[in-house]
Amino acid sequence: MRFWIACLAVVLAATGLVMSGVNEYLFFAGFVVLQAVVLATAWNILGGYAGYVNFGVPAFVGAGAYSALVVHMSLEAPLIVQILAAALISGTLGFLVGVISVRLRGIFFSIATVALVFILETVVINWRYVGGATGLQLTRPGEGWPFDSYTRMLFWVMVIMAVAAIAIARYIQDSHIGRGLRALRDSEEAAECTGVPTLRLKLIACAVSGALLGAAGAPMPMYLSYIEPYSSFNLVYAVSALAMPIIGGMSHWVGPLIGALLLASIQQLVTVTISSELNVLVVGVLLVFFVIAAPDGIVGLYRKWKASSK
Amino acid sequence: MAFSFDLLLEAIIFGLLLGCFYAAVSIGLSIAFGLLDVPHVAHPAVLILGSYGVYLLGQYGVDPILAGLMLTPFFFLFGAALYRMYYETFEKRGNSAAVSGLAFFFGIAFIIEVLLVVAFGVDQRSAEAAYIGGSLKIDDLRIPYRLLVAFGVALFLTITLTVYLSKTFTGRAIKAVGQDEAALRLMGADPVRIKQFAFGLATAVNALAGAMLIIVAPVEPTMDRIYIGRTFCVVVLAGLGSMSGTLAAALILGVTESIVLMFFGASWAPAVAFGLLLVVLAVRPKGLFGR
Amino acid sequence: MESILEVNKVSKFFGGFTALSGVDLQVQKGERLGLIGPNGSGKTTLINCISGALLNDEGTIHFNGAPISRLPAHRRTKLGIARSFQIPRPFSSMTMLENLLVPLSYVCGITGARAEEEAYQILASMGLKAKALVPTSQLSQVELRKMELARAMAAHPSLLISDEAMAGLAGTEIDEVLQILFDMNSQGITIIMIEHIMQAVMSFSQRVVCLDAGQIICQGTPKEVVANPHVQRAYLGD
Repeated sequence: MRFWIACLAVVLAATGLVMSGVNEYLFFAGFVVLQAVVLATAWNILGGYAGYVNFGVPAFVGAGAYSALVVHMSLEAPLIVQILAAALISGTLGFLVGVISVRLRGIFFSIATVALVFILETVVINWRYVGGATGLQLTRPGEGWPFDSYTRMLFWVMVIMAVAAIAIARYIQDSHIGRGLRALRDSEEAAECTGVPTLRLKLIACAVSGALLGAAGAPMPMYLSYIEPYSSFNLVYAVSALAMPIIGGMSHWVGPLIGALLLASIQQLVTVTISSELNVLVVGVLLVFFVIAAPDGIVGLYRKWKASSK
Repeated sequence: MAFSFDLLLEAIIFGLLLGCFYAAVSIGLSIAFGLLDVPHVAHPAVLILGSYGVYLLGQYGVDPILAGLMLTPFFFLFGAALYRMYYETFEKRGNSAAVSGLAFFFGIAFIIEVLLVVAFGVDQRSAEAAYIGGSLKIDDLRIPYRLLVAFGVALFLTITLTVYLSKTFTGRAIKAVGQDEAALRLMGADPVRIKQFAFGLATAVNALAGAMLIIVAPVEPTMDRIYIGRTFCVVVLAGLGSMSGTLAAALILGVTESIVLMFFGASWAPAVAFGLLLVVLAVRPKGLFGR
Repeated sequence: MESILEVNKVSKFFGGFTALSGVDLQVQKGERLGLIGPNGSGKTTLINCISGALLNDEGTIHFNGAPISRLPAHRRTKLGIARSFQIPRPFSSMTMLENLLVPLSYVCGITGARAEEEAYQILASMGLKAKALVPTSQLSQVELRKMELARAMAAHPSLLISDEAMAGLAGTEIDEVLQILFDMNSQGITIIMIEHIMQAVMSFSQRVVCLDAGQIICQGTPKEVVANPHVQRAYLGD
């Protein structure tokens, strides 16, 4: 119950913020941070709960962005329809990658996700309707009813998406689905022998994770006013999407949230004070550091600290 | 491009040469992942690192192949150290560290790529040698010398390693260590040291393969991404644990890529390796000769 | 007595190696069956084929009259086949209690407070109640073995396969585990026990089957089987 009250509070606060006269840049930057929260949370449903490491987040996010674009261009559909279409297509992609590789060892799933990035990028580059290699420029609608600007509306939509993603992750984690996923991650053989339908659960996690990643990608074309394959399928996103839940902690839904907020802030800081290449290096180094020294992330460190101070 | 048998033949020949090159580039992964079961997704990044090392030495006038040979001892040590770090931190922890182990190598690959960008920039770098530039002419066929050189060295590498792993004691121990550690221990051999040696060997091979890479084409730091596709495609298609299969699988990939390149254009070629990989995973994950 | 499990001409091959060759086995309801044989004789492969961890290449397996050879393992567990593992496989991120909650919810559909209550009961019956909330990474060997059996119990099985549950345990620990198996059997659960500890097999089994090189070489009462010269040769070599 407290959780839902907190969610409502967040949405109300965001609504208030969006209606106020605060600098437009806040919403521009805030969109990026919120998108990071969705990506990290979505990744963790498959990576943290089930133990399958998705190296190809850009494939799903890119698929979401391009699906939204196609639906927008062909049907002039509103944003909500774009998001649903993106979620459906990316969710199906997740399911298909799962069907191919999830019966095998984890590394094959990971490589299959990298394969997906390249294949989708190649398809898009050769598809003139969506702009091919050069991409497309888009004009944003001037207003974002009921808010003052389109950017503010996108920000608000992202707040809702972030809250929804966290709520979904929390539901999965605390339900028997979450326990089943943990069981199959700990020992797939024992899970099968205790009645856990491991293949079904893995595919559900693949589909849900993929769908959320796609949904996060859907507003991108409108947010940027352009779309092109090289930035859409950029592998740098792949590392961030991995680093955030690992740094925050993979065992609990609050981990990706912490990781996303922390990493997004660090990235902003480094880009502004030093350089953008170094920003990317910092993410990689932090990832390796945490994986070696604190594999349970910040959540794990907190738990250990609580246990030892009893 | 219109179809003609002449073009097909040219594509096949080119593809066979390319395939042999892919074999050399993948054999390190065949050892590290196929035999030792290490999720070494950083293998292509180390390969590119080797290419850049060769480039650097080339700036001082060192021939690429010689540079590759010079780098092998350093790469061997690097590989041995990397495995040791992986073993102490992850392999010991068992199944619970599977995610961390994968993330570790992914992070290492990424760090290598970024460091290369910081050090050398994003532009392409090439190597220079007498054999890079001219071509051999047979009838209407033009075969670039650099491909022939790479083909020769690659063939030599592949055959030497395959023979080493089947005929020598250490080689056979390496082949056995992935499957039956207990038996090795009973024979008095230390599986961890054998794995460390094997991983070092696989990384040392990468130095030479990296030289091959920069001879065949210019390199740039993000090339490790597509080589993840090519090397894993070869290793999976061959079948984990099969060294001789590596050459066959690489030739298949080389010819397929070459044909696609010839008849469908360069923009489709990168997807071939990844597409083939997905097909193999879906249809026959054991590969052609896997255990 | 009706048969609960019928294994008919089951074979299993690993590449060129024949792990099981034409194995015929019938298990009666409520029976206590011992399965013995030297290392590598195919015992674990056989129970892997029965539990669904492996699919047999030839032959059929029927459970309560229904064919199960193509079913995935979790479906067979739902039908009533449970097993423990030779090397314990606990869900290491969970406490002992949570380990039992998995089969309770997935096999029996019991969740919430009812599930916790039953889980505690099962643990209490094995003397593990005090450690219910301890993470499995902190348990001793014998506690892990008992937990494997507790987790199998939580699946409400009609057939339990115990794979060397006593391996590596000392005197009184062996008796404790044996007692648990007897208790389970007295509740009507059919038990197939794989064991190397001959005394346990002798005192527990009503019938013993001996495997060697993938084939059944002898069946009968414990006394008969142990005295059989083929069995002795299989264990001691020529």
